[in-house]
Amino acid sequence: MLGEGILKGMAETAKNFAGSFVSAERMTTVQYPEERIPAVEAARVFPILIYDGADWQAGLRCVACQICEKECPPKCIYIEKSKDKKPDYVGKPQFYPTRFDIDVSVCMSCQICVEVCPFEAIKMDNEFELATDDRFGGLLYDSEKLAKSNEYYHSIHPTEASEVDARLAEEKAKVEAKAKAAAQAAAAKPMAAAPPAAPDKDAEGGA
Amino acid sequence: MNAVFYLLAAITIAGGLAAILLKHLIHAALAVTVAFGGIALLFLQLDAQFVGFAQILVYIGAVAILIVFAILLTHGADLPEKGVFNKGWAAALVIAAAVFAVTGWAVLQSIDAVPQRNAAPVVSMHDVGNALVGRYVLPLEIVGLLLTAATIGAVIVAMHEKERSR
Amino acid sequence: MAATPFFANLDRIFILLRDWLVGFLPAAFRPAAGVLLAVIAIVCVFPGLFALTTIFERKGLGRMQNRLGPNRVGPFGLFQPVADGIKALIKEDIVPLSSNSLVHFLAPLTLVVAVFMEFAVLPMGRNMALVDMDAGLLFFFAMSASTELSVFMAGWSSRNKYSLLGAMRAIAQMISYEVVLVLSSVSVVMIAGSLSLTAIVDKQNHYTAGLPHWYIFTPWGCAAFVMFAIAATAETNRSPFDLPEGESELVAGYHTEYSGFKFALFFLGEYLAMFSVSGLGTTLFLGGWSAPLSVLNWVPSWIWFFGKVMMSIFVFIWMRGTLPRLRQDQLMNFAWKFVLPFTLLDLLVTALWRMLGPGWERWVFCSVILLVAYVLMGLGAGRRRHIGPRTYRYAE
Repeated sequence: MLGEGILKGMAETAKNFAGSFVSAERMTTVQYPEERIPAVEAARVFPILIYDGADWQAGLRCVACQICEKECPPKCIYIEKSKDKKPDYVGKPQFYPTRFDIDVSVCMSCQICVEVCPFEAIKMDNEFELATDDRFGGLLYDSEKLAKSNEYYHSIHPTEASEVDARLAEEKAKVEAKAKAAAQAAAAKPMAAAPPAAPDKDAEGGA
Repeated sequence: MNAVFYLLAAITIAGGLAAILLKHLIHAALAVTVAFGGIALLFLQLDAQFVGFAQILVYIGAVAILIVFAILLTHGADLPEKGVFNKGWAAALVIAAAVFAVTGWAVLQSIDAVPQRNAAPVVSMHDVGNALVGRYVLPLEIVGLLLTAATIGAVIVAMHEKERSR
Repeated sequence: MAATPFFANLDRIFILLRDWLVGFLPAAFRPAAGVLLAVIAIVCVFPGLFALTTIFERKGLGRMQNRLGPNRVGPFGLFQPVADGIKALIKEDIVPLSSNSLVHFLAPLTLVVAVFMEFAVLPMGRNMALVDMDAGLLFFFAMSASTELSVFMAGWSSRNKYSLLGAMRAIAQMISYEVVLVLSSVSVVMIAGSLSLTAIVDKQNHYTAGLPHWYIFTPWGCAAFVMFAIAATAETNRSPFDLPEGESELVAGYHTEYSGFKFALFFLGEYLAMFSVSGLGTTLFLGGWSAPLSVLNWVPSWIWFFGKVMMSIFVFIWMRGTLPRLRQDQLMNFAWKFVLPFTLLDLLVTALWRMLGPGWERWVFCSVILLVAYVLMGLGAGRRRHIGPRTYRYAE
């Protein structure tokens, strides 16, 4: 209680003060916006929709199942389902969203939509410099703004994206193997029943 | 009796009147602080430096704070429903007039006691100090005793209760 | 020691400047104009120093915490106070609807006026005290006591229980440490024999073998200076005694409900109080405007004064960067149970010093008494105290 603790503390701060002028590794300040801390892979900010290929409307993985809309806690996703179908990555005809809006001023970055999506269609972006002065529409992102390519997804989350791609490729391979087996079975049966009708059945099975 | 004196007297009397007539207690306390300041300036105008600054230090710096603390800690700042004037104000007026008469008589008597009435006496710090420990040492010690009694009383009121009935 | 004419004129440069400016007016107005010029100089210089201190504090604290301070506005962030000032001026002035608006308005004014008055008696250089009063020290303490009233006015008029609580705590702290401040100054008055600050500096302006007679170099003076420094830190609500305005405790204490320029006035008042109490400490203990070595007497006296004041400000900032905040009961205990008894003992030791007369005996006796008392009190204060539920004898 004689004040030696205070003196030790003051020596410590004096060392910090003097050292801050001479040694650069003491100062951990990152002078934003000229410098930036490198982005961490698992960082997340707001959701994006992934599309495969070049055309975002044709390759959009989202099938408008509306599970993310129901699971979102602050209800910031608004989806309108289409009336017709288009084929997905394995060729199966699926619905697609005619309208997919996320209000990012409401979104709380909880990632629940990503966790429940069965089609790997919605993932988290890590871009945070999204400030806008348009108070009313600037933070309501429609599907065009949300759609980002698979290559972009690879660039921000490489390990995750490779894993997703591997899984999707595996499923596609499984579906194709099943289709080939079904086609072979369908081709084998008519061969045993009526040989003249075989070429027509073959053409139908392959299409 | 120059213009400065009249101005300071006006400030002091205004502060005192406001202290009596204002309904809100804290406003009245702040008005009496203005009156204290006026008295201090009157002392300074009479070249009594020690008394003037001691007035500011003690009255404005301590007594005014004491008054406002007392008002705050005893829920006195709410406006009273019956009004602020006492019913027995006539008796109070008589007593106040009597006190004023006695004080005024004492002051006028003391002017005759000083031989050169027109020359302002030069009193320095040293004279005040010498008087305090020479001629007026008994009042000084009595005031010290009084303050000690007040401090001991304050400590007793705020003391921890002894652990006797646990 | 005769200084060359250049340095003698440099020492008196402000006096010469004032006389030259005042010479343009007819003789009847000259004294009043001289005083007015000096007042204007004080009102311009000290807020300018305040602006510099804010930026040095932020950068200094940053460097003590291994980070840069503000460095965007101007070179090395030196124009940051300008940005802060503009921000304070253009902010909306919010006054709570149910507050007492007259008192709410007057509180920052009272603070700033009282604090500016304190500068009037500080001798900032040779013959550079604005007013040379016989009771200068008493005037200083009188003005410092008036600042407590403004703290109360601010806290009460805001109609906010946290403001009121902060104001009560601030006043309790300021009153407790003011006693210590006055008593440690009384030691100096006892030895110097005068309450006038210019006389106190003149008494310290002598040199023995090149070393000065500053009171801090005597045993009683060193102890009194340490107590004075602690009390000055507490008087100006500065870390580690800044509980009344700690942002994590009471929002902002008694200046919660102030915004914009009134808040800037409170801020200004606090820093100016820091300057004036540093100036007082410099005058009483560090020799005011006198040079540390007699060979350095050619340097102008006002440079020494302001240099010592800025050194004190740097120590304030250093303490702020080092120490955690004290709790209210801890700081009150510290004041009444340690600092005040030690200051009273120091008064006795000062009297002993004066009685023993010059010689080596008084150095030894006084140092030994003070050291033993400090060690005993320090060890005694470290004993564990019983902390349990409080009951009050008369308050149920």
